[in-house]
Amino acid sequence: MTGESRRSPRGLRQWLGLLLLVGVLLAVPFVAALGGQAWVRIANFAILYVFLALGLNIVVGYAGLLDLGYVAFYAVGAYCYALLASPHFGIHLPFWVILPFGAALACLFGVLLGAPTLKLRGDYLAIVTLGFGEIIRIFMNNLNAPINITNGAQGITLIDPIRIGEFSFAKTSTLFGISLSGPQKYYFLLVALAALVIVINIRLQNSRIGRAWQAIREDEVAAKACGINTRNIKLLAFAMGASFGGIAGGVFAAMQGFVSPESFSLMESITILAMVVLGGMGHIPGVILGAVLLTGLPEALRYGIEPVQKAVFGRMIIDPESLRMLVFGLALVLVMRFRPAGLWPSSLRRRELSEVTD
Amino acid sequence: MAGAIPSVWPCPPSSFGFPDQSPVFGQQLHESDTLVRPKRFVAESLTMDTLLQQLVNGLTLGAVYALVALGYTMVYGIIGLINFAHGEVVMIGTMVAFTVIVSLAGSGMPPLLILTIGLLIAVVACMVLGWGLERVAYRPLRHAPRLTPLITAIGMSIVLQNVAMIIWGRNYITFPPMIDKRIYEVGGASFTNVQVAIVVLAALVMIGLTYLVQRTRMGMAMRATAQNQHVALLMGVDIDRVIAMAFIIGSALGALAGCMVGSYYEIAHYQMGFMLGLKAFTAAVLGGIGNMAGAMAGGLLLGIIEALGAGYIGDLTGNFLGSHYQDIFAFMVLIIVLMFRPSGLFGERTGDRA
Repeated sequence: MTGESRRSPRGLRQWLGLLLLVGVLLAVPFVAALGGQAWVRIANFAILYVFLALGLNIVVGYAGLLDLGYVAFYAVGAYCYALLASPHFGIHLPFWVILPFGAALACLFGVLLGAPTLKLRGDYLAIVTLGFGEIIRIFMNNLNAPINITNGAQGITLIDPIRIGEFSFAKTSTLFGISLSGPQKYYFLLVALAALVIVINIRLQNSRIGRAWQAIREDEVAAKACGINTRNIKLLAFAMGASFGGIAGGVFAAMQGFVSPESFSLMESITILAMVVLGGMGHIPGVILGAVLLTGLPEALRYGIEPVQKAVFGRMIIDPESLRMLVFGLALVLVMRFRPAGLWPSSLRRRELSEVTD
Repeated sequence: MAGAIPSVWPCPPSSFGFPDQSPVFGQQLHESDTLVRPKRFVAESLTMDTLLQQLVNGLTLGAVYALVALGYTMVYGIIGLINFAHGEVVMIGTMVAFTVIVSLAGSGMPPLLILTIGLLIAVVACMVLGWGLERVAYRPLRHAPRLTPLITAIGMSIVLQNVAMIIWGRNYITFPPMIDKRIYEVGGASFTNVQVAIVVLAALVMIGLTYLVQRTRMGMAMRATAQNQHVALLMGVDIDRVIAMAFIIGSALGALAGCMVGSYYEIAHYQMGFMLGLKAFTAAVLGGIGNMAGAMAGGLLLGIIEALGAGYIGDLTGNFLGSHYQDIFAFMVLIIVLMFRPSGLFGERTGDRA
């Protein structure tokens, strides 16, 4: 009886919190639009990165496999969408065919990479995934001759936007009396996709598979001794992370209308990893926070640094672009220096860390 | 000066000036990899001449890789950290040497003396930088989760790159040629005295380093720390000093390698450290990371494989794949080697430590 009465206010608070969250999420695109559509696009990218970071979180945070080539799967998804829905080959398939196909293809690539290399120890795996990411990017960059597949460094343009019947995500249209711009529509699509990923992540975390991943992360030999098929379970983590990357890539291609190898550099992989680690590895709210912060911070700096410099020195002394990246790099160092477990680590990890005495 | 590309450049970095795609990294790492490419001699056919020529080029490149790889492997061997900022230390070394050489160029000193002074100042600057990096970004995090120092390393790498861009600008800078270039021809392969100097100097430094690690007290302390930090501590080894030393020595080697790259390609750029560091790290892993002989062998091997690959890939694939695929070789070889020898060519079998 007491348990019941104690639970209900907490349950109520949770529901209120969720309601508030939904309210904020609904308001964001309209508030951001006040500052111009560019801010809606930034919000979109923040969610896209949340999506990617959560995908990588499965691999790095849950299973403890350091993957420095995650962007390869993102690239596979993006190019898959670009090739199947653009004038480049003259194929225009609808998105609900391509997105699952892209996810499956990325998943296949994940298995292809993972199968021979998953027996490698932590840092060896890191460099192999990194190499794989670079190989994919170099191929995208050069597969324009003798047969033009990826159009090389120029990339693929005029990619179809996501379209449901006559309802295109690229144009402004009025829905239920509310005028929605293209980026705003993508925002809602991305929020829905991100919500799906979050639910999958939460469900995975406490599932049999999720616990197996955690066991492997903590001690692979012990996990094996407990009867976990470590190879298959690790492969599953890789494949699952890869398919999320593939879907994110497809949405990215549709949203931008343009893909080029430039978007899939190693730095992108590293950024996504930084989001996971900075936010709090293996902890879903932490990873989301990390992704939103690391997408937002450089943008905020882009708009913030110029006026500040003008106010302090009276003129532009340092190239704002490099100053922006400088501040970004320093922020990474400082956050990790003072919060080594990430900004919002899971309580379990925090406890582990404080118990270390050596 | 903007984008002035001398003729030694294998091919102009094609992706320059592309629209900014990433909302996070406005300034993308462009094709910085083009900087560390062996000079390309187009192979008409599979002749011995090409083979010899590519071996010579590969040896030069490999010597540079090996020096940089040693910096990675020493740090990794002792504290198990991938020092992502090491490539940037190499870049700063090149830039400092460049600045010193340019400012002394008109002083009437003999060119070789100027080059030596530039090299020494670069080495000292990088030693200080390496020491500072360790103090600021890695030492406070020695007991943090494993990935935390990796992120600070990435952060420092971004910081150093942008500091370099603020100081030296975003254009390529031409490294003034200080040595009169002489070209020798032996058995159909041509090489310059710069290449000879690079290989000889690298060999001498590696012999010196081996002596330092195998024969001196400091070296013994280093090996002890690499084996077991706690026991080394109990035996009276000053762990902090040993770790700082590994960073300092690694950075000095990096500075040397940077000056070599600078005088070989006669060009420098604030992003040059990235791909160079990546390749050198690959070399270190190829040899078995943490193993110094492995780093040297891995570096040489990688250099030669890359050069041979660039020379022959067109022929081997019936011109289907051109030499732009050269960068793939390093990673392909790495993946294949690790599939069969999971701890690198010379690495010991270690337990499964995540």
